[in-house]
Amino acid sequence: MEFAELIKTPRVDGVVLHRPFMPTVEGTLCLTGHHLILSSRQDNTEELWLLHANIDSIEKRFVGSLGTIIVKCKDLRVIQLDIPGMEECLNIASSIEALSTLDSVSLMYPFFYRPLFEVIEDGWQLFVPEEAFKDLESMTDEWRLSEVNKDFSVCPSYPSLLTVPKDIDDESLCKAASFRHGGRFPVLSYYHKKNGMVMMRAAQPLTGTNGRRCKEDEKLINATLCAGKRGYIIDTRTIAVAQQAKARGGGFEQEANYAQWRRIHKAIERSNVLQEGLIKLVEACNDQSHSMDRWLSKLEASNWQSNVKEILTTACLAAQCIDREGASVLVHGTEGTDSTLQVTSLAQIILDPACRTIRGFEALIEREWLQAGHPFQQRCAQSAYSNGKPRSEAPVFLLFLDCVWQILRQFPCSFQFNENFLIMLFEHAYASQFGTFLGNSVAERLKLLLSQKTVSLWSWVNRPQELERFLNPLYEPNNLVIWPSVAPQSLLLWEGVFLRWNRSTKCLDEAYQEMVHIIEYNKELQNKVNSLRRQLAQLETEDGPLQTP
Amino acid sequence: MEHIITPKVEYVKLLNKYAEKKSALGTLYLTATHLIYVEQTNNARTETWVLHHHIVSVEKLPLTASGCPLLIRCKTFQLLHLLFQRERDCQDVYQSLLRLSQPVKEEELYAFLYNPHQNEEDRRQGWEFISVANDFSRMGLSNDYWEISHLNKNYEAAICRCSQPLSGLTSRCVEDEQMLQAISQANPNCPFIYVVDTRPKLNAMANRAAGKGYENEDNYSNIRFQFQGIENIHIMRNSLQKLLEVCSVKSPSMSDYLTGLENSGWLRHIKSVMDAGVFLAKAVCEERASVLVHCSDGWDRTAQVCSLACILLDPYYRTIKGLMVLIEKEWISFGHKFSHRCGHLDTDPKEVSPVFTQFLECVWQLSEQFPCVFEFNEHYLIEIHNQVYACQYGNFIGNCQKERLDMRLHEKTFSLWPHLLKNQHLYRNPLYRRSLESTVLRPSTLPLHFKFWCGMYNHYDRGMHPKQSVLDQLLSLTQKQEEGERTMTELQRQLAVADGVLPDPSGPINTPTEQDSPSEKTPTAPFVQSNGSCLPLVNGDAEEAGPGAEKCIDKEGAEPGATEHDLTSSEDKPVSVETEHSKEEVQESS
Repeated sequence: MEFAELIKTPRVDGVVLHRPFMPTVEGTLCLTGHHLILSSRQDNTEELWLLHANIDSIEKRFVGSLGTIIVKCKDLRVIQLDIPGMEECLNIASSIEALSTLDSVSLMYPFFYRPLFEVIEDGWQLFVPEEAFKDLESMTDEWRLSEVNKDFSVCPSYPSLLTVPKDIDDESLCKAASFRHGGRFPVLSYYHKKNGMVMMRAAQPLTGTNGRRCKEDEKLINATLCAGKRGYIIDTRTIAVAQQAKARGGGFEQEANYAQWRRIHKAIERSNVLQEGLIKLVEACNDQSHSMDRWLSKLEASNWQSNVKEILTTACLAAQCIDREGASVLVHGTEGTDSTLQVTSLAQIILDPACRTIRGFEALIEREWLQAGHPFQQRCAQSAYSNGKPRSEAPVFLLFLDCVWQILRQFPCSFQFNENFLIMLFEHAYASQFGTFLGNSVAERLKLLLSQKTVSLWSWVNRPQELERFLNPLYEPNNLVIWPSVAPQSLLLWEGVFLRWNRSTKCLDEAYQEMVHIIEYNKELQNKVNSLRRQLAQLETEDGPLQTP
Repeated sequence: MEHIITPKVEYVKLLNKYAEKKSALGTLYLTATHLIYVEQTNNARTETWVLHHHIVSVEKLPLTASGCPLLIRCKTFQLLHLLFQRERDCQDVYQSLLRLSQPVKEEELYAFLYNPHQNEEDRRQGWEFISVANDFSRMGLSNDYWEISHLNKNYEAAICRCSQPLSGLTSRCVEDEQMLQAISQANPNCPFIYVVDTRPKLNAMANRAAGKGYENEDNYSNIRFQFQGIENIHIMRNSLQKLLEVCSVKSPSMSDYLTGLENSGWLRHIKSVMDAGVFLAKAVCEERASVLVHCSDGWDRTAQVCSLACILLDPYYRTIKGLMVLIEKEWISFGHKFSHRCGHLDTDPKEVSPVFTQFLECVWQLSEQFPCVFEFNEHYLIEIHNQVYACQYGNFIGNCQKERLDMRLHEKTFSLWPHLLKNQHLYRNPLYRRSLESTVLRPSTLPLHFKFWCGMYNHYDRGMHPKQSVLDQLLSLTQKQEEGERTMTELQRQLAVADGVLPDPSGPINTPTEQDSPSEKTPTAPFVQSNGSCLPLVNGDAEEAGPGAEKCIDKEGAEPGATEHDLTSSEDKPVSVETEHSKEEVQESS
């Protein structure tokens, strides 16, 4: 298909662009296959380059022959285009609509994007399971890398290589897989070096209403326990929801069959509820009314902050079981691709200092999100301005990033990256020139030949020129477990994302620059002092000790 | 001392709100001025000091199996939950505290006992340190138009204040009308003046029936009348009460918390004060109009709004000293009834209201929106708040200038301001940029830009605060910077000597010369902070000077497994809020 078919009017002159807290720009609007471009053709004026994929929804209005298109983006920005001429406006609007809702993945921009930089370190090769397993092997020999899912037939949403207990053979894995939703049998998520405890993740067991059991599944998870030790199963659903799941063939681990495990139920919302929450929250943030009561009640009704609290609380619980109770943990919800991953990845950030570095965090996202089969393409197809009934869109990953930001805010010196890094990940998960977040699983990504046909986000981010923006100037490596507070007073609205377009950032940017300045000036000063010391020492050894008369 | 029945009680438990097992066991002392709780563990001694004046209520709770509980609430929003083994002790402490926390006569206030090691000359200088008259001349008054009152020199528009007119339903006063006319004419830039009544319209109308009220636009020439809708002291008192209830809930759900925050109305009131301040500032700087402000009495809402407008308009009031001047001028000298509003003495509880607290919070809200324009940090605001209630210095005692003169405060007590100035290194905002100082602040007053001030209302719930503080980190860096600059100057001097550029110093090498230091920011040279977060630099080598924030983590990390949760229950546990430091540093409340 040619994009030209979809572009009814490729350019319109005299278009006026309105953006909050920025001067209006008048210029020429151009539509290309993947971008909406507005250029004033004047120096010093920033051009607008908007990916069609970033457009969540549009609204059109007419006053006489002047048309207005309100463009609402997945990164939550809202811009307004005043377009002279009714026909031009309608054409532009319908073109944008068509181009921003392309069905075929292979038409997406990452397949067309050619980087202007030389790829030095290919992000597609950076985080392979074999490497992660080497690290594990250096700490324990209890685990093996299984190829049971080589052709993705055992579990379509898992990667081809999986870390499983050494004593469990592939045949048992297949049987356990048939007992878990979507074939997601328990696999290793995290090994806690300090005490050898592990965190595993899976999908719900398919016990159904008649209490089916599976010896291989029981054996598999029991193999991770030390003799006489108990483990904890953290079910991210409430007991009521887990009970209801039985009617649809799902369920939870019965005490009788899993005697060595204690089950704890938490209440992380299902993804469709999360999507509603996002829509409500963003609506509240865009409300220009001056009623404090209305704002607070809308904020409360969105349940967004409640979700943040619940997810963080569950992650803390998992971390606590491992680090403080010295017990192993199995985490699952229903499908094991959403709340489960939020919990296992956040628990690792709390426990493992490596995850708080840039590389470590990238590895975490690869391991616990991309390779673990979080359906990015489905979840991030629409954002807060979606009009239609949500299909499988949900801000699961955004909530995870929000939780990371909460921990970062409470431990501002313990992360190598800053808030901008998290915001950048949010943007790229929803619309990107890179192929990293395309597809819903490793199998889909292989089929799309992403690693050959697109550039990895990591190839770009890890270039020193780019990385600079994402480095936290306050970072000082901290090898301890970091326990965030989950009191409501400690959890703030993530302004960097939700109020990003609703406020002027001038003063906050200045503050950040000033902070960077103080830190850098200090480093410089210390270097100067040290070099002076050396000079003095050198002089003294050359001339002998200074003689005072 | 006659009010202290038992000066010392042993084996008193200080309950930890979040983790019962982390509760401390220690000894309680009552002195003439303080309640002191001392916890002695293996090798650490933790002291918690609470000033009697800070205690707002003492409550005996029903007997439990583990002992007799006593709940002590403070004006600083600290909450102490003590558990006594014997009923008798509990009763004695209860009765003593009831009396000690509610002095009847002014002479019982701490300020009349307290001497910060100063002589009479220091005392005199301390009181003269901040002078309202000086501030008027700083503003460029008096000029041809003004003799007194205050004004922004850039605009020649003025903010004036008064109380409500006694207009009733029909009466008028020609002299008052003429005076407003005079104010209007003193501003050559604008043909009218704003008259701002900070009350909700309904309240002002109700006042009319009682012979008071508001200006009739028909009687006054060239005025524009405006209501602002700030509620009265009783509504504010109840609102704070509700807010504090929300803050003290043990482990609230997010929904409980947000609903509670909304129902308290607190942020709504903060916003109404801010809105009024912004209105004034806009009128002065954009319309170049003069403004006359009043409420009912002219010492509560009027003080809030005028002082806030001053901060928005004039960068001087955003400095450490400038805020002192502002408080001295708009609050103390214009007769904000500190004694009544703060409940210093055992008087009418209906007179108590957090009017001044709201002003401080508005300043804090501004500092969140404008992190580089204030010379001071959050600690400064909180310290001033604590001192207002502490009555340790004489500044905030009495209800008006006359009462203060009658009490001879300047002879009998000391002034707070020199004390704050001495410790100003603790209160400095490292991000403060003088280059930005000339701007008028235009804050957003959309509801979503107002935040709950955890640092104030949950100040003592350390577990809720960020575990590493950017502020502390930057403060320690700026100190390191000063050390580094001194060291560098000294090294350069030594190098010059070694190179023979400078003559050999006679006698032993002098200590680094202070005047050579490029940094003139802080006059007090070697910092030894009371919180010990900044180690003095050895040889100017920076490596050892760890930030204070890290210490907290060390503590956390040093005691793994300190909390054991019953993980069997599926009930929601406050997983992490209990990460309070059990070895809390000395908490001195004064």
